[in-house]
Amino acid sequence: MQQLINGIQLGFVYALIALGYTMVYGIVRLINFAHGDVFMVGAYLGFFALTSWHLPFPVAIILAMVGCALLGVFIERVAYKPLRRAARISALITAIGVSLFLEYFSSLKFVFGPYFRAYPRPFPIRTFTIAGITISNIQIIVLAVAILLMIALTIFVNRTKTGLAMRAVSFDHDTARLMGIDVDNIISITFGIGAALAGAGGVLYGIAYPQIHPFMGIMPGLKAFIAAVLGGIGIIPGALLGAIIMGIVEKLTEVYISSTLRDAAAFGILILVLLIRPSGILGKKRDEKV
Amino acid sequence: MKRFNSFNLFKPGSTALILSLIIFTIIEALIITRVINPYIQTILSLAGIVAISALGLNLIYGYSGQFSLGHAAFYGIGAYTSALVTCLIPKTGFLAFPLGLTAGVFASGIIALLIGLPILRLKSDYLGIATLGFGMIMNVLFKNSHRVIPIMGGASGMRGIARLTSFPWVFCFLLLAVIVVRNLVYSGFGRALLSIREDELASESVGINATKYKTISFVTGCMLAGLAGGLYAHLYSYLNPDNFDFLKSIDVLLIVVIGGMGSISGTVLAAIGWALLLEGLRVILPSGIQEWRMVVYPLLLIIFMLVKPSGAMGGTEFNFLKPEEYRR
Repeated sequence: MQQLINGIQLGFVYALIALGYTMVYGIVRLINFAHGDVFMVGAYLGFFALTSWHLPFPVAIILAMVGCALLGVFIERVAYKPLRRAARISALITAIGVSLFLEYFSSLKFVFGPYFRAYPRPFPIRTFTIAGITISNIQIIVLAVAILLMIALTIFVNRTKTGLAMRAVSFDHDTARLMGIDVDNIISITFGIGAALAGAGGVLYGIAYPQIHPFMGIMPGLKAFIAAVLGGIGIIPGALLGAIIMGIVEKLTEVYISSTLRDAAAFGILILVLLIRPSGILGKKRDEKV
Repeated sequence: MKRFNSFNLFKPGSTALILSLIIFTIIEALIITRVINPYIQTILSLAGIVAISALGLNLIYGYSGQFSLGHAAFYGIGAYTSALVTCLIPKTGFLAFPLGLTAGVFASGIIALLIGLPILRLKSDYLGIATLGFGMIMNVLFKNSHRVIPIMGGASGMRGIARLTSFPWVFCFLLLAVIVVRNLVYSGFGRALLSIREDELASESVGINATKYKTISFVTGCMLAGLAGGLYAHLYSYLNPDNFDFLKSIDVLLIVVIGGMGSISGTVLAAIGWALLLEGLRVILPSGIQEWRMVVYPLLLIIFMLVKPSGAMGGTEFNFLKPEEYRR
């Protein structure tokens, strides 16, 4: 039960990253490999906001989100937009290029530095025991912030005009354009929102597992992507569901089987789900046509 | 179905034979006269090994359109298997190396068949993700291998593998890989692969057994990766699970796409260029800014993709690799 809570906490962090993957994939069919590194940049922005500039925690999260959103839009404009008409693999390779660039550029000494850094705790850890389960205030904050952001995202996508436009673009670019939607703009907004969520995820990851380094984004990025596939890629609630399953499975394997087999378990589940339900848990099966 | 003449390397006057002999002689002469030091010789061998592995992925992805992000896993299976064989039977002398390589090739092939049969049903990105997952699982297994077979060393790596790979070996196997892929692609089999790449459902409707062709292509490609892995294991005499992780699969994919999908010449050139670029940047950049090497490399990659998204030689070949009726 205790591990279940820990797993859910990890799952919510994955969910924040997975949402960006799923939204971007839903709209441009691109596996945005650089997304995990945007998450890393978010963690570092939060780090500097908390340590060097002594900003309060909520401001640090907002700063990381805004910074990452700008980065996300910038990456999209420079690296992906020119390739929108090219083969999909070209954009994928560019995404890998951006990912490597962010990792190694961040490792330079005058940027973030190639070393591990201890993440500051913005407040002392307190733990509460309710019915035999220990919950720390960190866990409560991670869950609260993540849930708040996801509610905000759901409202945005379902209730605003921009959200409606996003759904239209993910359905069909050309028809959306005919309806007078500025498709390029909507794609940029999608990248921005996804990146902002990843940025928030980075800060939450930092305070929950207090160590960051320039390559920290690779594994959570891949796992979040897998969570998105698990839930059904392109489906926003699916990303959350997939991420929580991933988080719980990972924690349970780590504790009850072996911590070295943690990743193997996660990817084993992925392959099983793909074989049984290739479109993901919440995905709908589409008929094929020539 | 139209038949193509198979590619005969030893036909008198064959451009490919002359060209490969010239290249080989020049490089060997430079090695013997010590113009090329052992370090550069290792880089050249590495380039050839990467080219063999990339040819395998080109067959899987470039020609058959089956997106694989787990190529390094098969490279690793070949490397570990052949290293185990040469370590366990060291007394066979000259035969040990070919035996080890064969074992590596077949281990990769058998595992590719077992994995390929279920997962090749998946399409495009989903297949990519499934192979990525397989690669991750293999990586975890390599890291925990010492629990079953102690000499595999687990996460700390496998040591003490005999240094048996030399440039002539690599060169001969690269030539063999080129001929195998060339003859597969320009045949009825190759046409079937291309039609599956373009539209799987449509090609099935005209009677092509897509599952069969996809599986053969996947297994052959993975066997080439296994061969490359075996050569790699005996080049550095040290194996680490990190040499076969997700990023290494990405490296091979980069080479295939940069060289141009479905181009043998492009893949070989890109593999050599890639190895020389990564090492070349090490030499060109002043020692103070060595860490910039991996910053410059992805930047070049992004710029290249923005300028030429179809890769260096997408869909084209050097003339001598084409069947006669295709030549200009």
